[in-house]
Amino acid sequence: MLKLEQLTMTYKTGDQALKSVTLEVPAGQVLALIGPSGAGKSTLIRCVNRLVNPTSGKVFLGDVELTALKPSGLRRERRRMGMIFQEYALVERLTVMENVLSGRLGYVGFWRSFLRKFPQSDVDEAFRLLDRVGLLHMADKRADELSGGQRQRVGIARALIQDPALLLVDEPTASLDPKTSRQIMRLICELCEERDLAAIINIHDVALAQMFVTRVVGLTAGAIAFDGTPEELTPDVLTTIYGEEDWAETIEEVDEDDEDGDGA
Amino acid sequence: MPVIDQNGQAVWRRRTTGQSMVRWFGWLLGVAVFLWCWNYISEATTWFFVWDAPRIADDIFGRATPPRWSYIDKLWGPIWDTLNIATLGTIFALFMAIPVAFLAARNTTPSALFIRPIALLIIVGTRSINSLIWALLLIAIIGPGVFAGVVAISIRSIGFCAKLLYEAIEEINVIQVEAITATGASRWQVMAYGIMPQIMPALAGIAVFRWDINIRESTVLGLVGAGGIGLQLSSSLNTLAWPQVSLILLVILLAVVISEWVSAKVRGAII
Repeated sequence: MLKLEQLTMTYKTGDQALKSVTLEVPAGQVLALIGPSGAGKSTLIRCVNRLVNPTSGKVFLGDVELTALKPSGLRRERRRMGMIFQEYALVERLTVMENVLSGRLGYVGFWRSFLRKFPQSDVDEAFRLLDRVGLLHMADKRADELSGGQRQRVGIARALIQDPALLLVDEPTASLDPKTSRQIMRLICELCEERDLAAIINIHDVALAQMFVTRVVGLTAGAIAFDGTPEELTPDVLTTIYGEEDWAETIEEVDEDDEDGDGA
Repeated sequence: MPVIDQNGQAVWRRRTTGQSMVRWFGWLLGVAVFLWCWNYISEATTWFFVWDAPRIADDIFGRATPPRWSYIDKLWGPIWDTLNIATLGTIFALFMAIPVAFLAARNTTPSALFIRPIALLIIVGTRSINSLIWALLLIAIIGPGVFAGVVAISIRSIGFCAKLLYEAIEEINVIQVEAITATGASRWQVMAYGIMPQIMPALAGIAVFRWDINIRESTVLGLVGAGGIGLQLSSSLNTLAWPQVSLILLVILLAVVISEWVSAKVRGAII
């Protein structure tokens, strides 16, 4: 469904963020991308929806080569890729509803969106999604009045209202407390399953990733260092991805942790 | 900065001895220049007039009080003109300043190489010339009256508003813009949803601030014939009608105080 072919990205400063990365994500698969800070995880997902333009290599979404698209075509394809950010990236001074509806901007003309006259079907869907993420009562609040976990739920609703085929998720839990982190991860993974979405989730918390995903890819210095199931993540593997450290506890956590029963 | 080793003890001082000496010498030089300038100015001053100043001021004050209250009937029109010049001038200025600001901001300009310098030139050009001088030029072009005053005020304000606004645009949170871009929004939609909400408080603050300044500036435009209360002020000064001058000054003071109060309220409500 998503295919990266020898994707390379070199920044103007000369930093090579990605070194010929080849990766294929089948439809409906949720994939965790782990690796040390600066390994190129954010760059990778930003190269997919071309918030950053890769230096060379190709990206395919289905049959469409994203890397060859002109601006109008790119905008059309971006609608099929929902993005969720670390710092939520909500427009702080707009309401929750406006933030969710902004996910439909790719489908609605300028004046309709400027005058906030979105089609009723979009508004219905926005209410349905807000209800699904548990924020229906917050629809009229301004985004900066929300807590971190609530903001991230709005971010998720905004990504989903695009009706995407793929979710690009950049450190969704890095600014959240451990419990909220787990709820958010669970929510993202449940929604992916419900809608048969593929997802690439950048994540620092290895244990959390192991808990929820079916495939883990490790990125080190812009190259893929590991690709396998969460069970295959042994201390040796983590050492090749992150470097020498005592990994025993990081992985042990997985076996201990079970559902805390608090539905997202 | 320097750490000096004294008998095995590390002593920290703010400056080395050399740096202290340089600073001390710099201060000495500054004082010497000041004294020399003082001396020069003193020699060029006719001290008789200076010593005479309090008496003259007292004399004028005596003639100017009490203000000629009945003259107020002739001031309502001009003060209304003055308010209109300031308000319309500010509105027109904002209409022109917003596009200029977007062209000047590094993160929104279509071309940093060609268009940005032009936008910056507009900002510097309109800002560097006083509105009184703009008014003089415009009176020659479009004739005297309120309209010349409105145009003078709005031209003078473009640079001011555009400069503050483009600085606000450069300081926006780019992640929010990224998020809107990632939804597949068009360039204009990104502007309306990603950028505008972030700069609205700055825009409102700038508008009120400039309106406040423009009320003060428009009170003097009449001096050169560009409408408003300045016209009455200049004719009263020319005929040495001091009681009228004092009344006009009181009216201007009142208008400025009210505008300050309004802008403080509005800014408080927005931020």
